[in-house]
Amino acid sequence: MAKYLLLKHYRGAPAPANDVPMEQWTPEEISAHVQYMRDFADRLVKTGEYVDGQALAPEGTWVRYDGEGRPPVTDGPFAETKDLIAGWMVIDVDSYERAVELAGELSAAPGAGGKPIHEWLELRPFYAASPTDPECHPGG
Amino acid sequence: MDEVLLRSLTPSVLTVLVRRGADFAAAEDAVQDALVEAVRVWPADPPRDAKGWLVTVAWRKFLDATRSDTARRRREDRIEEEPAPGPAPAVDDTLQLYFLCAHPSLTPSSAVALTLRAVGGLTTRQIAQAYLVPEATMAQRISRAKRTVSGVRFDQPGDVATVLRVLYLVFNEGYSGDVDLAAEAIRLTRQLATAIDHPEVAGLLALMLLHHARRASRTAPDGGLVPLAEQDRTRWDTVAIAEGVRILQAALARDRLGEFQAQAAIAALHADAPTAGETDWVQIVEWYDELARLTDSPVVRLNRAVAVGEADGPRAGLAALAAIEDSLPRHTAVAAYLHERDGDLTTAARLYAEAAHRAPNLAERDYLTRRAARLNTRRER
Repeated sequence: MAKYLLLKHYRGAPAPANDVPMEQWTPEEISAHVQYMRDFADRLVKTGEYVDGQALAPEGTWVRYDGEGRPPVTDGPFAETKDLIAGWMVIDVDSYERAVELAGELSAAPGAGGKPIHEWLELRPFYAASPTDPECHPGG
Repeated sequence: MDEVLLRSLTPSVLTVLVRRGADFAAAEDAVQDALVEAVRVWPADPPRDAKGWLVTVAWRKFLDATRSDTARRRREDRIEEEPAPGPAPAVDDTLQLYFLCAHPSLTPSSAVALTLRAVGGLTTRQIAQAYLVPEATMAQRISRAKRTVSGVRFDQPGDVATVLRVLYLVFNEGYSGDVDLAAEAIRLTRQLATAIDHPEVAGLLALMLLHHARRASRTAPDGGLVPLAEQDRTRWDTVAIAEGVRILQAALARDRLGEFQAQAAIAALHADAPTAGETDWVQIVEWYDELARLTDSPVVRLNRAVAVGEADGPRAGLAALAAIEDSLPRHTAVAAYLHERDGDLTTAARLYAEAAHRAPNLAERDYLTRRAARLNTRRER
């Protein structure tokens, strides 16, 4: 019972094996890819492991506080940003091994030529909700 | 209406239905429907016999659902073959339900969800909120779990140890949503203790009570963790402590020591100390030695190193720690603590910061970061 975030990147991940940009796929290949993602999420709902999934538009704005009584400063988007997140899925699984297995399956989504993209996905554990074992630290 | 009292009737109502020939999955749904109905109807019209009411309504819901099922002919035939209201359920029926819901073919998260629903009487929505997953996901997790155990015979003997592991998982989940899972775990373990006379069940119940008794003092107003030595002991729940100690002593007297009794004994020694300085660390180390013999868990050896540090001084603790592989979670946190006690504040601050990066949860990360910050600012003054 641990939650993991599967992060998909527009940029910043190592290059996948099947590295053809999506706009060069056939429309059928794009449909097959989208369907694969949808089926994957549906399957996780059925196994009781799905928590959330969202896709993000690539254009973002940087925002920061600019002092009392002043509006926030905005900047960007920066074309050179190295790390650009495309979307995420949150899963709730029994083990790290299961999380890796699922990320592997998601990475097999078909791309150009109907072949798996072998896309690199980033797997990040959530912090557990509370101290899991009260005897395990000097706090007691 | 007392919702907990209502839910406490869940296992006995469910087992009556199963004894009458209803299959477990359908019976469980019917009992849930009956509970919902009770919440709706009882406030205005409370029944004289709560359990009898639930059995009647659940059985009717079961028959309705079965009739509307496409396979109704087959099932009705089968039900008609069953003797009508069966023999009075045996005392250990509730126990069988615990075994079924913690069946080894289930994953831990499935066993937890099924136990909370079928034994605890919680709704899928409440369980989903407690574990921060969508209700649809939790509903699927529960129905899969039911399918997984559908072939298991209800009267098949089970293993108490698997049930205890599931209940301990629930206990450690703590509190989120509108259900207090720690309190729920205590309730379910207490109920289990009435269904089976087993020293480890008593040991787990004692352990939970003793830990739960300290809960109010474990968290600062800002949400930060308060370590045992700094806890306000006047806020400990002395009634829960007394009950935990009494249950533990009765269990230990039977001379069938197990992991949970040993852990409870350690918790009892902490609870027994009027101040942190009066803790009987020598005896705690002895209990950790027992625990290490019982489990051979590296986590136990890690905690033993902390106790050795208190009983024989931080150098002895560090020596004990040196024998434990440092990849273990919280190893660095323990090293930081022992170095701090030894007066090596520079090393301690560095290790606390390192431990914070490896902390398994936010509360511990913040605690360790603050600990490092406190030492760092002290040295610079």
